[in-house]
Amino acid sequence: MGTEKLAVKAAESASSGDPFIFMFTVFVLAVFIGFYVVWSVTPALHSPLMSVTNAVSSVIIVGALIAAGPADMGFSKIMGFIAVVLASVNIFGGFIVTNRMLSMFKKKPRKQEAN
Amino acid sequence: MSETFTGFAYLIAAVCFILALRGLSSPESARKGNMLGIAGMVIAIATTLADPSILSFELIIVGVVIGGFIGTVVALKIQMTALPQLVAAFHSLVGLAAVFVAAAAFFSPEAYGIGVLGNIQAASLIEMSLGTAIGAITFSGSLIAFGKLQGMLSGAPLVFKGQHALNAILGIALVATVVWLVQTNDPNAFWVVVALSIILGFLIIVPIGGADMPVVVSMLNSYSGWAACGIGFTLSNTALIVTGALVGSSGAILSYIMCKGMNRSIFNVLLGGFGGEVAGPAADAGSGDKSVKSGSGDDAAFIMKNASKIIIVPGYGMAVAQAQHALREMCDLLKEEGVDVSYAIHPVAGRMPGHMNVLLAEANVPYDEVFELEEINTEFSTADVAFVIGANDVTNPAAKTDPTSAIYGMPILEVENAQTVLFIKRSMASGYAGVDNELFFRDNTMMLFDDAKAMTESIVQALG
Repeated sequence: MGTEKLAVKAAESASSGDPFIFMFTVFVLAVFIGFYVVWSVTPALHSPLMSVTNAVSSVIIVGALIAAGPADMGFSKIMGFIAVVLASVNIFGGFIVTNRMLSMFKKKPRKQEAN
Repeated sequence: MSETFTGFAYLIAAVCFILALRGLSSPESARKGNMLGIAGMVIAIATTLADPSILSFELIIVGVVIGGFIGTVVALKIQMTALPQLVAAFHSLVGLAAVFVAAAAFFSPEAYGIGVLGNIQAASLIEMSLGTAIGAITFSGSLIAFGKLQGMLSGAPLVFKGQHALNAILGIALVATVVWLVQTNDPNAFWVVVALSIILGFLIIVPIGGADMPVVVSMLNSYSGWAACGIGFTLSNTALIVTGALVGSSGAILSYIMCKGMNRSIFNVLLGGFGGEVAGPAADAGSGDKSVKSGSGDDAAFIMKNASKIIIVPGYGMAVAQAQHALREMCDLLKEEGVDVSYAIHPVAGRMPGHMNVLLAEANVPYDEVFELEEINTEFSTADVAFVIGANDVTNPAAKTDPTSAIYGMPILEVENAQTVLFIKRSMASGYAGVDNELFFRDNTMMLFDDAKAMTESIVQALG
């Protein structure tokens, strides 16, 4: 009985609790994921890692889209527009340059290995 | 219901980004990872565009087309040697975008559901200020880094009296302004936060010298992530928070790896002023009393042709001279002679993490011939020739033997253990750290005085 009540209470505070705590939880867990994922990146690919993280951090464009979206023109819409342009440069540039780099990494051709 | 769906879509986008980074654990999976990253971005953007609050699409489409065009052209045209400055420039754009998004949120908070103009929740204001400040610091800091890498600004550290005190005062003023902003909602306070952060960004990067740029670029990478995170908290957007955290920790880890590669603390790098000023006198200290053996391309070709195992040590000089293609050609000819050729990369070689690996890959060097310091360092003792092209400090034995040296404790590539060491250098000048390299004066060292590309080409000619 007692544990049941506790569980309900925990579920309640998790779902309807302070949204900041919820977001902060997401944040802290993501830092841990980042830590383990990045340590597993091979040092040879550290340059592509930088350019791809650069591209994905431009997901900040979602904030810019909301600002640029309203029907009426205004200061915030202009700010949003500029941010959309900047983030788009990064998204396209970042992913394309990463792809260019990665396509250059090749293994030793087979026939040479046979020699 | 639709809010649940939106949240779910953002979660999928975040998972795609995590897998994009995970893919980089090996070159085989990396391209698939990059595709997942693109997919995640498309999902995130499509989800946001489906939001009922977005009513007009003209400006958005125009913005994406303009930005996309610029980004595509730049990314396709950029030379691989110019990658570090490109990445620095991209970082500055992320930082600036964060500032603009924060400004938009501050002046129309209703659109983001965080209050009304002049009465925004305190928590949102704090998150927003953090995003703005870090974004603005990233912006201006990256501009300086870009200028130094591009050669528009001098790579030498700029130090002046009271620098650290000035930074500290600006930092305190920044915190005070944030408090002012949170308490009064005054738009002026917002702009003061932006201005102070921009100035601070300039001042933080200015004292850091050219060869410390790998650390700086990684650090700014990290900052751009934390800025995105701050904005993510303001917008209550989990995709943004997760991505920002990933990027932030990624940059932080890279900075740590770079610092370790130089045996210096991050504070030591950030305080700046390393290298540069002592380079002059150190350069001619040794040349007077010690003799140096120098040779030509023909001599080098002869030695290498008769070797059975050669290890190539590339450095920033190779990138500057664009010598990677000539180098690959040289190694191909040597392999035809039956010589075993491999490459050794020091963690801080070049101007950004992994810089050398990309340049060698560009020149079609297979990545399984390229090794990291720990993997290959013991191999030097069995090598006939260590061929150092455009590197210096990272081979200096003083790092192990001389406790008074500026680079003491830095892990080095132990080229001294090879039977013969060939050094391509333009002159006897010391490296970035301003430390003389005693290897130049050893009996088994031969100096090849020339531009890295010109010398490699002349070796290729002699071999052919």
